[in-house]
Amino acid sequence: MKKKLVSVLLACTMAFALVACGGAKDPAAPAEETTEEAPAEEAEAPAEEAEAPAEEEAEAEAEAPAADYSEIKVGMVTDTGGVHDASFNQSSWEGLQRAADELGIQVQYLESKADSDYATNLDTFIDEEYDLIISVGFKLAEATKAAAEANPDQKFAIIDDASIDLPNVTCLMFKQAQASYLVGYVAGLTTETNTVGFVLGMSSPVMHEFGYGYCAGVLDANPEATILQQNANAFDKPATGKSAVVSMVSNGADIVFHAAGGTGNGVIEGCKENKIWAIGVDKDQSPDGPETVLTSAMKRVDNASYEASKAVCEGTLQSGVITYDLAAGGVDIAPTTTNLSEDALKAVEEVKAKIISGEIVVPETKDDFKAAYGDVYTLDEE
Amino acid sequence: MFLRNLGLLINATMTYTPPLLLAALGSCFSERSGVINIGIEGMMTIGAFVGASMALVCGNPWLAFLLGGIAGALFGLLHAIACVSFQADQTISGTAINFLAPGLAVFLSKAIYDGSSDTPPIDISGKLPKVFDGIFPIGSFWNNVLSNYSVAYLSLILVAVVWFVFYKTKFGMRLRAVGEAPEACDTLGINVYRIRYICVMLSGFLSGLGGAYITLATVNQFRPILVVGQGFMAIAAVIFGKFKPQGALFACLLFGLCSGVQVLAGASNIGISPNLISMIPYIVTILALVLFVGTARVPAANGKPFQKAK
Repeated sequence: MKKKLVSVLLACTMAFALVACGGAKDPAAPAEETTEEAPAEEAEAPAEEAEAPAEEEAEAEAEAPAADYSEIKVGMVTDTGGVHDASFNQSSWEGLQRAADELGIQVQYLESKADSDYATNLDTFIDEEYDLIISVGFKLAEATKAAAEANPDQKFAIIDDASIDLPNVTCLMFKQAQASYLVGYVAGLTTETNTVGFVLGMSSPVMHEFGYGYCAGVLDANPEATILQQNANAFDKPATGKSAVVSMVSNGADIVFHAAGGTGNGVIEGCKENKIWAIGVDKDQSPDGPETVLTSAMKRVDNASYEASKAVCEGTLQSGVITYDLAAGGVDIAPTTTNLSEDALKAVEEVKAKIISGEIVVPETKDDFKAAYGDVYTLDEE
Repeated sequence: MFLRNLGLLINATMTYTPPLLLAALGSCFSERSGVINIGIEGMMTIGAFVGASMALVCGNPWLAFLLGGIAGALFGLLHAIACVSFQADQTISGTAINFLAPGLAVFLSKAIYDGSSDTPPIDISGKLPKVFDGIFPIGSFWNNVLSNYSVAYLSLILVAVVWFVFYKTKFGMRLRAVGEAPEACDTLGINVYRIRYICVMLSGFLSGLGGAYITLATVNQFRPILVVGQGFMAIAAVIFGKFKPQGALFACLLFGLCSGVQVLAGASNIGISPNLISMIPYIVTILALVLFVGTARVPAANGKPFQKAK
C-alpha cells in the first residue's frame, strides 16, 4: 500500500516536472479560446465575431489605427536550443513579441526538446490554423519542407535555410559574414599583440561564414595578425570554451571572438578572468561582461521575424529567399561602443559604407576566402 | 612549447574536474550505503541554479555555494524518503529527480528573472575567489597550473577527508557495512535508515556543491545546458573507480585530462575530425575499463530496499 502511494506521488512529481518544462504562454497572446475559434465559424456568425474582439480592437486602434490584425496568428517553432537560448530562438521570439505589441497580432511559440519534436510542433500550429509558422534554424529544414508540401495553403518561413523551394515557404537568410567582418576589423585594429582568437561552435557551412568574415576583417585591418582558431565542436560546453581561451592567451592572443552559443559563455568568462577582450555573437553580449566584451557581431533575427509577421498581415509575404544583409539592417555591429576606441569606431563606419556600396565584398565560401586571403582559415578542413 | 602545452593540459583538467569530483564523492556516499542515486544530475542542476541566484541576492559566493549544496541535499532528502522509508524503486525515484530538479530550476528562473531561463551574470567579485591570482603573469606556465579556484583545491582535499571518513571512522565502517549487509547491521543495533538518510543527503549536498561550482567558478550564470551529462559522468567515474573515493579521483582526473587533450588537439589543427577528437574521453574510459581496471565490486545491498524486521 505504502509503495503504491509513493509511486503515485512520484508520478505526480514527474508530471509536474514535465509541465514546468513546457513553453510559457505569452501574456501578449490573448486567452486560449480565441485561438480555438475557427475562422469558418466566424464567417457563419459575423455578428458574434464583431462583438467578441471589440475590446482588443479598441486597443489595437490606439496603436495601429490603419488596420486590425488581431485575428492574425503567427507561431514559431524553436530548435532544441529553446526559446531562451540567448541566440536566434530568443531573438526571433523578441521580434514576434514586438509584432504582437505594435501590430496587435497573436503570437505563440512551441519549444522542441528533441529533433523528433519538429514535425509534431509544426502540426500543432497547422491544426490551429496559424497564418504564418516560423521555423527557427536549419535543423528544421526537413520537417518544414515535408509540412509545406503536405499543406500547400499554409504559409511557412524558415530562418537560416535556403534549401526549400516551395511557393508557400519564405527562407530568411543572414549575411553573418558581414557582421563578422566588422568585428574582425575592430579586432585587427585593437589588438596589441597582433594575435587574435576565434572559437567556433560547430563545423557547418553557416557557421564557417562567421569564420571567413572574421578572418577577412582581421587581415584587412592588420595583415600582420595571427589568428588562432579552435573548433569546440559543441554549443553547450562552457568549460571547453574557457580552456580554449586559456590556450589562446598562452599563445599571445588578446582578443577572442566566439560563434559558439553556450560554449561562448565560457569564452567570455575566460576572457574576463584573463583580462583580455571578448567579442560576442548574435546579440549585443555587452551585459555579460561590460568591461570585457569589446563588441558583438549581431544577427537581427528579430527584425526578420517581425518583418515576416508584418508582411503576412499586409498580405505581402513573398516566397523564396530573402537575405538580410548589412544594408537592410539584418546584420550589424553591436550598438554598445563604450569599449571601442574612436579610431576603431570611425573605421567601422567607413568599412560599413564600403560593404554597403559593394566596394568590399566579404567572402562567404571556402573558395572565395582562399582566393583573396590564402589558406589561413583552418577549421573548415574535412 | 612542451612546457606550455603541459600547463594548458593541467589547466583544462582543473577546469573540468572539480564539479565532477564533488558529485562523484557524493555518489560514493550514496552507493556505498546501498542506495543507488542516479538523481545526481538533477541535484547538480538545482545546486547550480540556487548557487547562481543566491550569489546574485546576497553577494557572498561562499554562502551561495553552501546554499547550492543545501538545495541538493533537500532533493537528497526527497530521494531518501522515497527509497529508504518507503522502499520505492531507487532508479525510478532518481529518474523522477532528474526530471523534477531541472524543471524546477528553469521554472523558478523564469518566474524570478522575467521569463528567462538564464540568470543574469554574476560580477567577477561575486564569484568564488581564485588562489594565486595575479601573482604570475597571465598566460605563463605557473599561472595556468596554479591559478585555480580555491574550491578546486578544496575538492582535492575533500577526497582525503572522504577517504578518512570511509576507512578510519566508526561512521564510515557502519556505512560500508550497511551497504553490504543491512540485515546483519540491524540485528547489531545499527540504525540502517538513519545511516542511509545521512548518506543520501550527503550525496545530494556534494552534488549540489558540484553544480554550484559550475555557476560560481567555471562560468558566471545559470543556464539549463550547463550540467548536461556531468552527473552521469560522475556516476560513471564512481563505478570506474570501484566505488572508492580515491578511485573516483583518478577517474575524474582522467576525464578532465581527456577534455584537456581535446582542447589542445582542437587548437593545433592536426587534421583529425573534431567529432573523433570529441570521442577521446569515452574511448579512453572504455579502454581503461577493459584493459586495466577490471570489474568493480558493487556493494552487495546496493539498490535493494531494506525493510526493518517487525
